[in-house]
Amino acid sequence: MAIPAVRGTAAGKRTQPPRLSFLRQSLTIASKDLRSELRTKEALNASFAFALVILLLFSFAFEPTAEQTRQIAGGLLWLVFAFAGALILNRSFARELPNDCLDALVAAPISGAALFAGKALANLALLAAVELVCLPVFGVFYNVPWTQQFWPLMLVLLLGTWGLTVIGTMFSALTVNLRLRELMLPMLVYPIMIPALLAAVQLTTPLIMGEPLTAELIPWLRLLAAFDIIFTALALALVETVLVR
Amino acid sequence: MRTKLMIAMAGIAALLLARNLYVILLELPDEAAQGAIYRIIFFHVPAAWTAFLCFFAAMIASILYLVKKDLRHDAFAASATEVGLAFGAANLISGMIWARIIWGIWWTWDPRLTSMLVGWLIYAGYLMLRRAIEDPTERAKIAAVVSIFAFVDVPIIFFSIKWWRTQHPQPVVWAGGQMDPAMYNMLFMNWIPFLLLGAVLVMIRMNQERAQREIDAMRRYAHAM
Repeated sequence: MAIPAVRGTAAGKRTQPPRLSFLRQSLTIASKDLRSELRTKEALNASFAFALVILLLFSFAFEPTAEQTRQIAGGLLWLVFAFAGALILNRSFARELPNDCLDALVAAPISGAALFAGKALANLALLAAVELVCLPVFGVFYNVPWTQQFWPLMLVLLLGTWGLTVIGTMFSALTVNLRLRELMLPMLVYPIMIPALLAAVQLTTPLIMGEPLTAELIPWLRLLAAFDIIFTALALALVETVLVR
Repeated sequence: MRTKLMIAMAGIAALLLARNLYVILLELPDEAAQGAIYRIIFFHVPAAWTAFLCFFAAMIASILYLVKKDLRHDAFAASATEVGLAFGAANLISGMIWARIIWGIWWTWDPRLTSMLVGWLIYAGYLMLRRAIEDPTERAKIAAVVSIFAFVDVPIIFFSIKWWRTQHPQPVVWAGGQMDPAMYNMLFMNWIPFLLLGAVLVMIRMNQERAQREIDAMRRYAHAM
């Protein structure tokens, strides 16, 4: 989406519109999204409450103090994140539908890629906030020493969440105009997310039990990073065609 | 002309299939370790190859659609995906029957089985998504993007599950041995009628899509009057 060249020729040297860099544009969109979300807290509250409910339900499905449950701790945690994340991701583009905000955003002099990147960053922040609240709760409920490997765990959390977010934001843009949006999004994104979820689960399970990252876990870290890079690139390349109608 | 071509291709496929069935059932001997049930592989493996070829063709057509915005490419992508799903289902079901006899279980979470199932689910989602969008150009655009995402994802899924499962013992399929050349060739011989059948099905679906587009256009025209 190029900026029309006609913008204010009369103003001489100031005609060059203050074209923000890609990063600035994305951050502007992200801060707008975060501000509007923090004022209503609609998606955030729903997502957090939902995460707590699932954590509670898991304790009935799996004996919370059993050794086996500790071995599947990473899997449980990431299922919670994926389910709770869908609520946030669903709202990401749907939030712009009232008052035709989406059309205005698409018409704004920023590229579709910058819009996408901004929305993805905002979703990343929201989802990370939900995760950071869930972790201590999980640690207390299921008695896992999650703080022992804090920084490696944060790295895995960041990479895994970015994987979920980039896929989720892209499909949120794809499904925004559908009648069955709330149903279509999870059905489409969960199968596509499988590699990222799988890698994140493999990495999180030992880390959350306080075991360090061993050499045999490094391929999973690489897979997670590769997933993030491939789908970020694909989404940034294709999002423009999706948004422009 | 096109109808004649379709009938000819279907006829050749039927003849080849009949000839192959004769060879598979009566001329090829039972496999040493598995007995008679191994014959399912002559349908199981070509079905998988045909399904993957269909999904690959659908991705190419999707890219072409995004570049050229021609609805015929979209119709091809949708038709190829549907046919690919049919062959994928044939592959999964025949594999399960074989597994029940040889491994004693219907299903195992082996990388190949799992990635075929996940791929199948993603493409089934693609078709459901198509149903949910009414505007043809909007549907074509969104479906094309999903098709590209799906095809990029399937190999990543395969390798991730392969790493995951290699930590566990895997069922041995052919006991590490080589297949007899006669059996090996039969796999490819039986792939030809599968490919012909797949092509005919795609052509039939594309005819339907074209008819649908014409009906829609006439309906819009009638509304405008």
